[in-house]
Amino acid sequence: MKMLPKVLMFVGALLLLTLFLTPLWSITLEAPQYPDGITMYIWINKITGDTEHTLQNINILNHYVGMQYIEPDSIPELKYFPYIIVTMAALGLLISFKANRKLILSWVIIMVVLGILGMYDFYLWEYDYGHNLDPKAPIKVPGMAYQPPVFGSKMLLNFNAISYPYWGGLFLGLSIIMAIAAFFTARKTTGSK
Amino acid sequence: MKRINLYVIAAVLTTLVWGCGNNENANKQGAMNTSKAAEKVYVAPGEYDEFYAFMSGGFSGQISVYGLPSGRMLKVIPVFSQDAEKGYGYNEETKPMLNTSYGFVPWDDAHHPELSQTDGVPDGRWIFINGNNTPRIARIDLTTFETTEIVEIPNSGGNHSSPFITENSEYVVAGTRFSVPYPQKDVPIDSYKENFKGALTYIKADEPGNMDVAFQILVPGYDYDLAHSGKGKSHGWTFFTTYNTEESHTLKEVNASQNDKDFIAAVNWKKAEEYLAQGKGKDYPAKYVHNYYDEKTHIATSTTKEGVKVLIPAECPGLIYYLPTPKSPHGVDVDPTGEYIVGNGKLSADLTVHSFDKMLKAIENKSFEGEVDGIPVLKYEDVTAGTVVSGGLGPLHTEFDGKGNAYTTFFISSEVVKWKLGTWEVIDRAPCYYSVGHLMIPGGDSKKPWGKYLVALNKITKDRYLPTGPEMNHSAQLYDISGEKMELLLDFPTIGEPHYAQAIAADVVMKNSKKIYPIEENEHPHAIKKESEAKVVREGNVVRVYMTSIRSHFNPDNIEGIKVGDKVYFHLTNLEQDWDTPHGLSIMGARNAELLVMPGQTETLVWEPQREGVYPYYCTDFCSALHQEMQGYIRVSAAGSDVPIKWSLGED
Repeated sequence: MKMLPKVLMFVGALLLLTLFLTPLWSITLEAPQYPDGITMYIWINKITGDTEHTLQNINILNHYVGMQYIEPDSIPELKYFPYIIVTMAALGLLISFKANRKLILSWVIIMVVLGILGMYDFYLWEYDYGHNLDPKAPIKVPGMAYQPPVFGSKMLLNFNAISYPYWGGLFLGLSIIMAIAAFFTARKTTGSK
Repeated sequence: MKRINLYVIAAVLTTLVWGCGNNENANKQGAMNTSKAAEKVYVAPGEYDEFYAFMSGGFSGQISVYGLPSGRMLKVIPVFSQDAEKGYGYNEETKPMLNTSYGFVPWDDAHHPELSQTDGVPDGRWIFINGNNTPRIARIDLTTFETTEIVEIPNSGGNHSSPFITENSEYVVAGTRFSVPYPQKDVPIDSYKENFKGALTYIKADEPGNMDVAFQILVPGYDYDLAHSGKGKSHGWTFFTTYNTEESHTLKEVNASQNDKDFIAAVNWKKAEEYLAQGKGKDYPAKYVHNYYDEKTHIATSTTKEGVKVLIPAECPGLIYYLPTPKSPHGVDVDPTGEYIVGNGKLSADLTVHSFDKMLKAIENKSFEGEVDGIPVLKYEDVTAGTVVSGGLGPLHTEFDGKGNAYTTFFISSEVVKWKLGTWEVIDRAPCYYSVGHLMIPGGDSKKPWGKYLVALNKITKDRYLPTGPEMNHSAQLYDISGEKMELLLDFPTIGEPHYAQAIAADVVMKNSKKIYPIEENEHPHAIKKESEAKVVREGNVVRVYMTSIRSHFNPDNIEGIKVGDKVYFHLTNLEQDWDTPHGLSIMGARNAELLVMPGQTETLVWEPQREGVYPYYCTDFCSALHQEMQGYIRVSAAGSDVPIKWSLGED
């Protein structure tokens, strides 16, 4: 069983790199006029949509209620998050060769803290987009904010906004779970010696 | 005249006899059990039809697209006629599509849609259609449902036996229904027999942007009525019906109906290619235009071409043969195997079916009964496979179901008759309301028909719908042909006068249907890709407005500095990139139609202001919740005024 924690840690760290292959989160807007829905994908390093024109189409809809334009270039997190992920993946891979319990635990704690901070950051951006509205917006509904949920669905005027983790988000969670598993199996193996 | 009277009497008698025999079955509508029929044509809200049907518009000059089996109209595609609804032929980009060697011709008579084929099966890439009046053939791209190409047919008159594509879309054909002096010249009309000729034209069709006359075959001055290209074993041949082998030039209804037999002309176009390669094509003077709409620049260009290669049958043995066929044959239809060539003798009760194999054998044996201008005439007995004794009168067109059956329309006795290929026995007959012309089975003139439905395209409507004054839309009727008996399911009105139609399984076409034009691929010389590039530029008395539209505003929406006597070009680029978000543009007093600009497209409206004042312009297509606010003003000053050019959006 000596190999197991190493493999778990190794694969877990490697899983982080899938964030460059698949989005972390998806937000889908559903309305009668959009039979296929409009889906926006949030990646570690970019924002895309189900078509290359999704952002433009969402921005057009958002401007009626005075929301700001979503411009990925103006979101600094998309620039430095990738470095953090690459660093954490590299650290994780290094740790996997030794499978030292303390190091694994430290990695897990850092990842969990980063994850929580990331989610909070995501929430802040959503809050800003949903509340910071142009006072000259053509459609003003008193008391209405347009913040999509972080997790779940919510009606925003005629749109149902549905927000859930995508493959990248699931892989990120799995990565942490595998590291935790590595931690426990590492303890068991050392304990039996 | 006596003969004609006889036909009228026969028609009346047939109707009476038919009417008596069928009284117990016939209810007022003529349909089968109503609720059963309704169930078969019901396409639930939000569901799709099984087939796209493309109906020619006849004298409307357009194609209309219907869903089958519901009979719901999906779209009208402007082809040969100006269409104010879409700005086609009105905006600067599409005006060249309607250019001809005579200049701008805003209308034509569109008869026969024909889907492109691969290996004899409709492939859903394009649909072609002929313009009968000023001879032309158009290509419609089925990814956008837009007319993208039109080529004129030189030295021809009445382009009726057209386009009738070859098995791999190598060629579309164009036979002249009204023979004319070749090349055109000033001669007395009564010198017809001496001076008038027919031209059978082959146009290269398989490359978008490169439709062109490949060659013409100079033939006697008959009326070349309809055609179909061979398939399978008869691939490489085209069959054209003729009437007026009498070569009459007046009172044709009598004088062109005298010969007991006219001809089906069998053209070996592969042989023609060989003769052309050998340099047998003679250069004849010709002037014709080719118009092509480029999907990247969104602009049509019209190019004039000169000269044409002509093959003379007497100098090209084996190029063309005449098959005697009774009673002024109208449609000529080739069965899915390519073996049977059905001649629909329109002044007869019977159908003549020729055999391709027998024709080849007769040619091999040189079994000719004569020759016309170097064209061998085969012996009727040698080429005929059988006769369908129909019991109807006035056969016009035949289609096939791919299960060994053929269906023929009878104009005079107003019915469709189902018969069996090979045994020639009549299996079933169904009345049409009224006087059916063409019929259409999806894929029914191809190697693989979808033999489920049949559409009869009727010429006379009368009491079928609520009356709408003297003019009524023509009526189409849908029959279920999946069983032994044909069952009438549905009537629906059509636009203009549908002659032929074609249909194709929906999934072949819908998967390629485009939703937008990508803005980054827009190469229109006056396109702007961002709102920040909007501007107004004066060059002498020409003013160009570079304008954008996006929900829900034009940029600019305030324009000043225009003067009476200016020529103003509104170059409107629709920046939208979402499906079904066109914007329109119209200007008060513009002697023009609107623009209707698709996402990613640029179109140009020309306006020549006549009077001083401030004129509103607005979006004509309800685009969004703030569509009513999508408007602007343009100020027109006196001719000599010094008001400077100025444009803006959102400035107080």
